Amino acid sequence: MSRIAQTFARLRTAGRVALMPYLTVGFPERDSTLALVPALEAAGADLFELGVPFSDPLADGATIQRASERALANGVTLSFCLETVAALRTRGVQAPLLLMGYYNPLLRYGLERACADLAAAGGDGWIVPDVPPEEINDLQQAAVHYELDVIMFATPTTPDERLTEIARLASGFMYCVSLTGVTGARQDLAHGLADFLGRVRRTTSLPLVVGFGISTAEHVQQVAAVADGAIVGSALINYIAQLSPEQMIAGAATFVQTLRGTHG
Amino acid sequence: MPAITALNAAYNAVEQDPGFWEELAYLQHTYTGRPTPLSFAARLTAHCGGARIYLKREDLAHTGAHKINNALGQGLLAQRMGKRRVIAETGAGQHGVATATVCALLGLECVVYMGTEDMSRQRPNVFRMRLLGAEVCGVDTGSRTLKDAINEAMRDWVTHPDSYYLLGSALGPHPYPTMVRDFQSVIGREAYQQMLEATGALPDVVVACVGGGSNAIGIFHAFLDHPDVQLRGVEAGGRGAQLGEHAARFLGALPGVLQGTYSYVLQDPDGQIALTHSVSAGLDYASIGPEHAWLHDSGRACYTLATDAEALDAFQKLAELEGILPALESAHAIAEALKLAPTMRSDQTILVNLSGRGDKDIFTVAEVLDVTL
Repeated sequence: MSRIAQTFARLRTAGRVALMPYLTVGFPERDSTLALVPALEAAGADLFELGVPFSDPLADGATIQRASERALANGVTLSFCLETVAALRTRGVQAPLLLMGYYNPLLRYGLERACADLAAAGGDGWIVPDVPPEEINDLQQAAVHYELDVIMFATPTTPDERLTEIARLASGFMYCVSLTGVTGARQDLAHGLADFLGRVRRTTSLPLVVGFGISTAEHVQQVAAVADGAIVGSALINYIAQLSPEQMIAGAATFVQTLRGTHG
Repeated sequence: MPAITALNAAYNAVEQDPGFWEELAYLQHTYTGRPTPLSFAARLTAHCGGARIYLKREDLAHTGAHKINNALGQGLLAQRMGKRRVIAETGAGQHGVATATVCALLGLECVVYMGTEDMSRQRPNVFRMRLLGAEVCGVDTGSRTLKDAINEAMRDWVTHPDSYYLLGSALGPHPYPTMVRDFQSVIGREAYQQMLEATGALPDVVVACVGGGSNAIGIFHAFLDHPDVQLRGVEAGGRGAQLGEHAARFLGALPGVLQGTYSYVLQDPDGQIALTHSVSAGLDYASIGPEHAWLHDSGRACYTLATDAEALDAFQKLAELEGILPALESAHAIAEALKLAPTMRSDQTILVNLSGRGDKDIFTVAEVLDVTL
């Protein structure tokens, strides 16, 4: 059983929703991720989506685009992200680690090589938002060989027959985009989330993880009622961005505890 | 993706619908002013001393550039799909102006994304778009040029899937490259007949500038099956051959994926999209239409470049010798003709796609010439 499957099985037994922070690798400083991930794991995060910065992050809103620009200025590359995954395992991080990145840096690195190196580093899968199911085969072939998951996306505008097709290709978990739009912190979760997740649920037995716009503990609770996990990205990045370097690690951990409902 | 799938289905449907093409032809004639003329550039030819140079006058199409051909075609498609809101990106502003124009004509809401760097280079077009009732949104991320405007337009589209995304070049996910080529191929169909009427033969060389590549694919397409006709695309050589100083994709670009297209992409060794530079906003893009990549690899077309300085020189020569201010984009194609003509015989011909007029560029040219307006 993969580390991702084990994590969801354990959480399901415990009756807990999975909390998956998104962190741009190398934000705000080049080595920040090495300190943030262990601290957030200790604070109650269950899986991590680690963003490989890209010059043209089409699926992301302003927050993650700015974080990516900062990380690129810090000299972060895909190689560095893979090294970061390996270093996190050395530091004893147990949680599944997924790399989220756009396709072009992966293509340039080589899909086969990227999968080999991610597996060797102790990573668990890829999240690549700019590859549609029609074009996912090359990455998936390489990933399967190294027992990595390639996470597929479902959106509220995806028709049922396409959902079925996506579910057929999916492994690990289904990334359910809560709204029609790009990433970014929001006041309220989209209406109709339960209906949408019901449609996805009918196509797959994989865990459903909701992302885009999740910003508060209330949002996480709402997601817990209808799905298996919640991804918090822009809200966490925004929070980290306004902390001083001395406060950053403790502050980010408190933010995750607050999302978990185990603080305050 | 569902929005792209729906667009593809809608385009497949109108492709088979003669009524759609009749309506488009009617508007091309009565609104755009097609066919645009073919002009023999007598004094430019005499100046070069070699092949005879002919100009396909897309600068005389309504709104002053070939961009209207695609905007009109896609605008009618948007109307057929029942869309009320149209999104577009623009680099030089010509596509934005064309889209704003068509939206005014068809009664559609229009939002245009434009890099703030381009907005300052193309102030007149920003005002024109606003006069035409469009909302112009400045994009302040990345290189603040066309690439970033496309990112923002695509973000708008995923947020508003009920809107119609009117992409301006032969780029982006399928069906855009095909659809844009089809709407622009009217240029080549007309020029093919006009060259036969004017000279009794097809041209020896067809020259067009290539940013995304829509004017070039539009004029090339009618000549693809005539191997004796040489096709030359001209990229922006900018300030020099170093990465970041130009937008010449065939000068060291590698295959990659940008904005839903697999093509040649200017990028660094880590796969980050490179910054580009050109004096002309419309050529300032890190990737090239996938059909041009194919024409390049198959050897059917060849690609060369003109530097900023060569384009500015060509701009002035065409103004002084022919009484035509070309768009700085089109001036790259003129620059290539200036190089090529003296190497050819006087019984040979060069057909240049004069894709747009240069009124929009007078501020940029004045700045380079150190003239205060």
